[in-house]
Amino acid sequence: MSLLEIFYWLEYTPLLIEMRASPWLFPVIATIHLFGLVIIGGSVLVVNLRLLGLGLSQQPAARLARNTEPLLVVGIVIMLVTGFLLFLCFATKYYYLAPFWVKITSLVTVLIFTFTVHRRVTRDEERTTATGRIVALTSLSLWISVALGGRLIGFP
Amino acid sequence: MSVISFLEWLAATSWSIALHESRYMYLIVLTAHVLTLSVFVGTALIVDLRLLGVTMRHVAASEVMTRLLPWTSGGFIMMVVSGSLMFYANPLDRYDNLFFRAKMGLLVLAGINVWIFFRTAHRNIPDWDLDTVPPGMARLVGGTAILLWAAIIAAGRMIPYQQYWFN
Repeated sequence: MSLLEIFYWLEYTPLLIEMRASPWLFPVIATIHLFGLVIIGGSVLVVNLRLLGLGLSQQPAARLARNTEPLLVVGIVIMLVTGFLLFLCFATKYYYLAPFWVKITSLVTVLIFTFTVHRRVTRDEERTTATGRIVALTSLSLWISVALGGRLIGFP
Repeated sequence: MSVISFLEWLAATSWSIALHESRYMYLIVLTAHVLTLSVFVGTALIVDLRLLGVTMRHVAASEVMTRLLPWTSGGFIMMVVSGSLMFYANPLDRYDNLFFRAKMGLLVLAGINVWIFFRTAHRNIPDWDLDTVPPGMARLVGGTAILLWAAIIAAGRMIPYQQYWFN
């Protein structure tokens, strides 16, 4: 079974056909997806701004990361669940869209990066360092690329 | 001059038509509007959750506000500029749109909510600055703000779907 066939099968399962018949379900899920964007945005910004020496710059980065991590996880879970549902609605269309694949690639990369390199650097960061800045800029660029890819998927 | 005739005049200006008819410009403005949401409401959410005593409990409330609210304000300015441009591109459609009207009304309420906070709980912030859970008034404002932002986002997202809801 090819990837396209899997996408086709997902998109045309009875549940999904039912879902698409509802004109308002897609924008409602998309709205909840935006709540996830805001939650991730807030938690990611607080920690990355600190690594750049901005925002809550007087606090240890490790404390900010510890404080915002539950929020980040909640945001990621909301995003993955609603994002998967949005994907199912138009899976075969997305198969052919470059921004979709850009988004998925950046997403996987940023998730791995966040829970490995980013977490390690944040834990040890006492003062603002060059490493911290690079890690923060990498994290922000990856998240922006995820968000931008998402927005471009919806364009005519 | 009535509101409608003013909006008709606005819609007929060449820049409004240009933005409305543009292939990319409108989409770029829309993208900026959506992405800036993560800065504006994202940082506001952290402040509101601090007021609720949910996050940053061991960081002074005043520190969270003074260090993050400039980012919230910067995001807000971007939201207003990009939002106004989108309104300018379709003034009559937006004016007719019930979700748009609801969003504007909710934004006014959100403004009043912030004003109430600075008139009440914020006045004696030294008394509760270090409390892990701030007093009732601060929590009320923080909770109300989160609900209002959620409703504003929902109303904004629904603007293009008006005809599906009210047909």
